[in-house]
Amino acid sequence: MAQVIVVTSGKGGVGKTTSSAAFATGLAQAGKKTVVIDFDVGLRNLDLIMGVERRVVFDIVNVITGEAKLNQALIRDKRVDTLSILPASQTRDKDALTKEGVANIIEELSKDFDYILCDSPAGIEKGALLALYFADQAIVVTNPEVSSVRDSDRILGVLQSKSKRAEEKRDPVKEHLIVTRYAPNRVEKGEMLKLEDIREILAIPLLGVIPESESVLKASNTGNPVILDDGSTAGQAYKDAVARFLGEDRPHRFIDPEKRGFLSRLFGGRAA
Amino acid sequence: MSWLDVFRGKTKPPPTSAGAAKERLQIVLAHERISRAGDDFLPRLQRELIQVVARYVAIDPKAVNVSLDRGGDMSTLAIEVELPPPSKDDTGTTNPADLKPEARAS
Ligand SMILES: Nc1ncnc2c1ncn2[C@@H]1O[C@H](COP(=O)(O)OP(=O)(O)OP(=O)(O)O)[C@@H](O)[C@H]1O
Ligand SMILES: [Mg+2]
Repeated sequence: MAQVIVVTSGKGGVGKTTSSAAFATGLAQAGKKTVVIDFDVGLRNLDLIMGVERRVVFDIVNVITGEAKLNQALIRDKRVDTLSILPASQTRDKDALTKEGVANIIEELSKDFDYILCDSPAGIEKGALLALYFADQAIVVTNPEVSSVRDSDRILGVLQSKSKRAEEKRDPVKEHLIVTRYAPNRVEKGEMLKLEDIREILAIPLLGVIPESESVLKASNTGNPVILDDGSTAGQAYKDAVARFLGEDRPHRFIDPEKRGFLSRLFGGRAA
Repeated sequence: MSWLDVFRGKTKPPPTSAGAAKERLQIVLAHERISRAGDDFLPRLQRELIQVVARYVAIDPKAVNVSLDRGGDMSTLAIEVELPPPSKDDTGTTNPADLKPEARAS
């Protein structure tokens, strides 16, 4: 049986798609058969971040309406062979997704995959609700910023009341926190919420802290998930997070301000 | 570009990730704008192809695969139909390999 993981946040633009792409790639690199589904119908972007936009033929809505078979809509990644992508539709709206249709897709994928990652759209409306409904686990993506933390708390409430597990009164959805775009230098100056404060407020297990990093933009420019960039701090932080998810014990890195040498202070070098 | 650039070793500007982003966007948006105007023809194309092939051989609709590679100047659409093995009493001389229909259109 596959584990269904939703990557969600409530607030928009915090790094759900970046994290979904990185996490799915990381799990697949660890040898897990992984599929990542874009639930952002009407505004698909995961295909661009994964670099498969030229190869999209069918999408999740085509599968739900019966216009295509699931295996025809799945795109096999060319870099990691245990990874597949199911794109969202760009031309329809969220109403084209039905609970029954998504249920069938997840059931069919469960037979072939170890992990099914659901990249949720922002908000707490239909698309976001469907993305989290079937989840066994949730990765809540939060930025060190007041509105993001509040929205994360809100989405935790939704997970605990509106997921299938909640409705069926089964064990609750297992929650994980990923703090992204963390800038230790700004935290030190008191300009940004501290990691400890976010942990205290949300009170769910911390899976990873992803530093603010220029390589994330470079990764999306070229369509290579940032986890494939070994030299980048964000890529390494995602690698650690995936390892922790798979049960490894790794210390958190990139959470303290960089100790800059004299030369780098002088010339203003930046984090990769 | 002047011949001096060659001399200076500046034959080509180094490829930047932002340049890659622009190129990828131009290609994907050109295709999206076309499909936004008309409806999505791929599902229909696939359905009709299956119907035509099914007139000649018994095929499993699941064994039809469409793959696409969008490009700037040219896109490739490959349609692969897995044909059932010939039945035992089939005395025809056709080599199944010759039947592998792989239609390519741009
Ligand atoms: N660690 C990071 N460092 C720097 N920039 C980042 C980081 N993570 C994400 N970003 C940037 O933040 C922006 C939003 O990221 P992303 O698209 O992943 O968010 P999202 O939550 O999926 O958004 P939406 O709610 O619209 O689906 C992007 O421009 C991305 O490049
Ligand atoms: Mg997104």
